[in-house]
Amino acid sequence: MTDQDRPQYQQLLARKVEVVNVGLEGFVKDLRDCDIGVVHVDWKPSAGGDPQMAALLAKLGV
Amino acid sequence: MNVVVLNEVRKGFYLDSVALMRLSREVAGSPGVIEAALMMGTPSNAAIMRNAGLLEEGSAIKGNDLVIAVKAESEAAAREALDNAIKSLDKPKTQGEAQAAWRPHSIAAAVKARPEINLALISVPGEFAAAEARKALNRGLHVLMFSDNVSLEDELSLKQQARAAGLLMMGPDCGTAVIGGAPLAFANKLTRGRIGIVGASGTGTQEISCLISEAGAGISHAIGVGGRDLKKDIGGITTLMAIDAFDADPETDHVVLISKPPHPDVAKSVLERIGRSRKSYTVCFIGASEVQLPPNARFSPTLKGAAELALGHHQIGADFDANAVASRLPRSGRGGIEGLFAGGTLCAEAQVILAAAGRKVASNAAIPGVLKLGVEPSGGRDRLIDLGDDEYTRGRPHPMIDPSVRDEALRAALKNRDLSVILLDLVLGYGAHADPAEHLAKIAADRGPDAPVLVASVVGTEQDPQGRSAQIRKLEQAGFIVAPSNAQACELAVAIVQNAGR
Repeated sequence: MTDQDRPQYQQLLARKVEVVNVGLEGFVKDLRDCDIGVVHVDWKPSAGGDPQMAALLAKLGV
Repeated sequence: MNVVVLNEVRKGFYLDSVALMRLSREVAGSPGVIEAALMMGTPSNAAIMRNAGLLEEGSAIKGNDLVIAVKAESEAAAREALDNAIKSLDKPKTQGEAQAAWRPHSIAAAVKARPEINLALISVPGEFAAAEARKALNRGLHVLMFSDNVSLEDELSLKQQARAAGLLMMGPDCGTAVIGGAPLAFANKLTRGRIGIVGASGTGTQEISCLISEAGAGISHAIGVGGRDLKKDIGGITTLMAIDAFDADPETDHVVLISKPPHPDVAKSVLERIGRSRKSYTVCFIGASEVQLPPNARFSPTLKGAAELALGHHQIGADFDANAVASRLPRSGRGGIEGLFAGGTLCAEAQVILAAAGRKVASNAAIPGVLKLGVEPSGGRDRLIDLGDDEYTRGRPHPMIDPSVRDEALRAALKNRDLSVILLDLVLGYGAHADPAEHLAKIAADRGPDAPVLVASVVGTEQDPQGRSAQIRKLEQAGFIVAPSNAQACELAVAIVQNAGR
């Protein structure tokens, strides 16, 4: 089996990790210090801060 | 005393929990303030503030509101503290922050602009974490979910979705992972090498990876799976995928699996899968007795033992002789041990070692066979406390980020005349406090001449931002005895109490 044929999770260990960080901002500096590409999301609770609505919207792909 | 409670609610204003902790501390230190909190108004935080009497009557807050709550001795003191907090929030950003990189407002926008992104690191409040993880999986990203307080149902459905898409779902409550040298969440700066780790335990993974790295070998990758992955409900979904991933990884020769004792059905399927692996394994189910293993695996009941097996029977801290150290200490005639741990698995390892030495032990995070604190009277027993447990961290950061969680318990223990030893851990690395040794040293400086002996171990490497040897030096200068590993700190604690009673 070639690397390309393997499921993505088996390829992860052989690839360079690039991160989207959602939450604690301190993790961004740690990753940059290790030369890892990272984008920090300016996150706010979605659905007006209603967790159940936020979960429903995510399930619907919104 | 006239107690006044004032609130300020910022609609749609988000700050992460570490930034909130810093501001909370500023406000709580204002003159005349009894208690203060800055929190996002999620349902669980609202309950905490309401129970603490910090919310004004009739206050209606939502999850995307930032709440500043002050309880003070007078209206003037409360108003001044609140005004200062508002000023801090509204302070213009520093030049560095203003020049910071572009910040998208969603995972979708980030991935659209940077298609090479392949992993989402999620640490938002638990109520919203599953929704963000689902968005990441929908866009083909692997996920590390640091957030906790996520339901088992959500965990199962996210892991099933990830497996169907061929993606790795690490967590929820996944404290650490290192993929290809990338430190994800709490992780240490490790020497790269050929030993892999699959960890259902964050500080367990950190202790083993640091002991291996400091012994001169190295780690290829450490995959975190979340503390509940080997429970019956989840069935080891991510653990089994991690074993597959290591099988396919030419950079890994040997793998360490670390977890609390799994459900028997899950243990069976994981051990069967290990038996089919081309790699050799060390299995550390901390708190379990010997388990039936396939021929390519060996068992260790402790973290230190697991690191030694992975290193090919290399002895860690061979120069450290607990009995010799104990015999040089004055005999106190007292007999108790109190462990105050930031690391949950380090607390579990301490229970294994103390119980094996014949000590009667109680813990708030009891392993099988150990008395659960608060359920039955625990008088006369050694108490081993996991300060990262929910009861201590609800609504506040983990003691690895904010070591002051331990202060009150440590001050009380230092005055406790029944104790012979206080046992502590210090966890270094990315994400952890910048100088935890200094913090501990300051608390310990106030102790009396007949205070219990302070025994500590440091989880970390020389390459970590805090520097292992610099932290050890600070502790030693403050009068702590520092052992090479948590296991040896526990052995020393036992040796001290045995020596004291002789």
